[in-house]
Amino acid sequence: MLLSLFVFVGPPAIAFPQEKITKEELLVLPGEVGRPGGRLVVSLRGEPKTLNPLIAADARSREVIGVMQADLVHINRARQQTEPALAKSWKISPDGLSYTIVLRQGLKFSDGQPLDADDVLFTFRVYLDENVHAPQRDLLIVSGKPITVRKADAHTVVFQLAKTYGVGERLFDGLAILPRHLLEKPYQEGKLGQSGSLATAADQWAGLGPFRLKEYVAGQRLVLERNPYYWKSDAQGNRLPYVDELVFLFVPNADAQVLKFQSGETDMISQLGAENFSVLSRQQRGYTMTDAGPGLEYNFLFFNLNDAGEKTSPEMQRKQKWFREVKFRQAVSAAVDREAIVRLVYQGRGAALWGLVAPGNRRWGNEKLPHPAWSFERARALLKEAGFSWSNGPNGESTLLDSDGKPVEFSILTSSSNADRAKMAALMQDDLKQLGMRVQVVPLESRSLLDRVTQSRDYDACIMGIASYDADPNSDISVWLSSGGLHLWNPSQAHPATPWEAEIDRLIEEQMSARTFEQRKKLYDRAQEILAENQPMIFLASPNILAGAKNSIGNFRPAVLEPYVLWNVEQLYLKNGTENATR
Amino acid sequence: MRVRRVLTRWLVTLGVLHGIVGFAGFFAPYDPVEQDRKSPYLPPMRFHLIDGQGHFHARPFVYALKLREGSFDRYVENTTEPQPVRFFMKGAHYRLLGFLPCRRHLFGLENTRIYLLGTDAYGRDQLSRLLFGGQVSLLAGLLGAGITLSIGLCIGAVAGSFGGWRDSLLMRLAELFMALPWLYVLFAIRAFLPLAVSPLRAFFLIITVIGIVGWARPARLVRGVVLSAKERDFVRAARGFGATHGYLFRRHILPETSSVLLTQAAILIPQYVLAEMTLSFLGLGVPEPVPSWGNLLSSLQQYSVLVSYWWIYLPALAMVPFFLGYLGLASSLQERGAAYKIESRIWGI
Repeated sequence: MLLSLFVFVGPPAIAFPQEKITKEELLVLPGEVGRPGGRLVVSLRGEPKTLNPLIAADARSREVIGVMQADLVHINRARQQTEPALAKSWKISPDGLSYTIVLRQGLKFSDGQPLDADDVLFTFRVYLDENVHAPQRDLLIVSGKPITVRKADAHTVVFQLAKTYGVGERLFDGLAILPRHLLEKPYQEGKLGQSGSLATAADQWAGLGPFRLKEYVAGQRLVLERNPYYWKSDAQGNRLPYVDELVFLFVPNADAQVLKFQSGETDMISQLGAENFSVLSRQQRGYTMTDAGPGLEYNFLFFNLNDAGEKTSPEMQRKQKWFREVKFRQAVSAAVDREAIVRLVYQGRGAALWGLVAPGNRRWGNEKLPHPAWSFERARALLKEAGFSWSNGPNGESTLLDSDGKPVEFSILTSSSNADRAKMAALMQDDLKQLGMRVQVVPLESRSLLDRVTQSRDYDACIMGIASYDADPNSDISVWLSSGGLHLWNPSQAHPATPWEAEIDRLIEEQMSARTFEQRKKLYDRAQEILAENQPMIFLASPNILAGAKNSIGNFRPAVLEPYVLWNVEQLYLKNGTENATR
Repeated sequence: MRVRRVLTRWLVTLGVLHGIVGFAGFFAPYDPVEQDRKSPYLPPMRFHLIDGQGHFHARPFVYALKLREGSFDRYVENTTEPQPVRFFMKGAHYRLLGFLPCRRHLFGLENTRIYLLGTDAYGRDQLSRLLFGGQVSLLAGLLGAGITLSIGLCIGAVAGSFGGWRDSLLMRLAELFMALPWLYVLFAIRAFLPLAVSPLRAFFLIITVIGIVGWARPARLVRGVVLSAKERDFVRAARGFGATHGYLFRRHILPETSSVLLTQAAILIPQYVLAEMTLSFLGLGVPEPVPSWGNLLSSLQQYSVLVSYWWIYLPALAMVPFFLGYLGLASSLQERGAAYKIESRIWGI
């Protein structure tokens, strides 16, 4: 499936100005030519909080902003490679420290105002301003120093880095270029945070994305209309996007989304669980379901390895003595039946996982990573080496005892809103019972779960999942680095707590500034090996990306990267004679 | 005497039903938490007497189900090998009535496994889970009702016999308790409890909470009965002959409350079973993997399960006879109470 996608998308399209259209330098997309008109309805997992990229932190806001804004260089979600966007071309200096970006000429924001280098300068000034607290700021700090931006001429901008940056031009993906004419005033007044709320009047907000704001009905829907100034065209020179309107319905619940799709109220569905996917596949009427293959989400179990010092309760100290033992973690990993997780949780639509890089990421995974088979014998041997023993009960059940003769008991937190992870926990509970560990599963509302793990740090073990937003290692940087907020087993450390964490820090930082892919890959492979040896995260499984669309939708090609079905929204069109979703 | 016959009939029915659940280990073929990961969502097997060739078998048999190639939850019957059902087989260990170690099961299969009510997402036997889950839910109902009635009886008796400010205070308190939205109170209490509680502790916590919350109604009923009994002629006569307070209470007043208490019990038990089910259904009750009627049904919260696997509903059906039984018992108890009153009044003349 994925292979065919690649063929379909073809080589990167570098735009050549076509005199025939205008003097605008449009980006011409290859591929199937569609038909203009109609509206597309999709559901959104709840109401977005804002339309402002500077304060958007939730996935829903980012999904909406993704179709309203554009970046200089974009990562093609199907090919996982960069391609030109607002930038016509770019050049990296031989020392890797300066990036020269040439903008397309004649582009306009969705309100008709022209785009030039000053907008780009303004955008990066705002992103880098400490007082704005933009989430993008961290990405623009290279080895402690912010990137500097300089205007060369009206359509050329030069970015200066303090150190070489292995990520290269991928850096610019997702950094929306903001309209200076609308935001400069609020910025000077220090009111940027209030801009771009959902209640903003449609003519007071603009972007460079394929769609612009039309109407927002609180609690129900967000209606976007076609941006008539959008800067892409199809192979025949028709300006994109094809559809006139894009409607986001707020549907908070996954099952309700399935029902809405089934009844034809929405045109596409994504982020489907395997169970709902098979329900929809069983009775395909007027729609087609697609399994896009393994994605970038990785689910894992981790133990509480935080060091709270003297505040640690005696019980926690006792438990952490087991958790800190590498052989204990390895034994738990060996006892997990990953194959059963893939089969029972994902109905086979997923892959077992032994490392952080999910199988959907073909470029960066370390193929030499060991995949030890499911084995209770090995787990027991490891536990025995680590000084654990067993006591036998009357009915043949055994209890695992630590070196002090205390039974091994702990609880696993899972998010109560995620049925998949709850199921994984139930399977692990049964597996670990075979080793004599008494495990309790505690479902917790996801916000208080995150709070417990990152703030109060009062828990034994936890199952979580993270979806990388890009194939590049950079997207998981806060998981890798011991100072990172998503270094979940012991987040935001001042100094690496263990030698192997220090070694991973070193490797990851080194790969960030390495110049070639081969150098970076070598360093990254080693980091993956160290992680697998020490098992601070016990990787479980990765689900496939499952999606579906009405047969009347043309150019529907779900990708394994976010936004799974909307990444090529400008190319989606309604096939002939199907005026659907008029509701 | 018709009333008494009906009453006996209901009592016998309930006795049998509770007996089956009480001896769940014997009637259930497997351990309720045992996962058979090769058979998730396996549909219920049927008993056969006549095989594919038209031969009659005296011993009922089933056909083993095999996962269809490449499928997750579609099974095909292996009709070439009938699997005769064996009775009084040795199988998984269990404790009869909670203490007697035992291995005999009413029925089972020699080579493969039998699933009369199908399996759940982890391939656990639904029948075994239903029976063992009944132990949890029914025990919660019985103990909870026991706690409620004892508290209700004490408070009602105190309020009724002493009267005065004690009566007013207790009755105002009762009104307050009756006005409480108990389900939300249960949620709130559950939220305050520690994160990870062992199944046994969770179970007793639920029972205590359910039992304590509901005392107001029985207390008021008992108080009413005590008030009226206090003024009955034979009680006054006994008091006139110098009977002590304690004697009067034991000999005359308490027996009067018995019919109210019994009827209340018959109403409260199913109500409390439902309360436990509600909590477990919402994931606040007995934690997995221990079965209870509530968490047996909780997977039905998922749309995909709702439309794909009809046998997950079966536990809900199996609970109906219990509730019917208790309802019947309550109404015939009430009838008996009424008849008893009439009889005693006639004889009293």
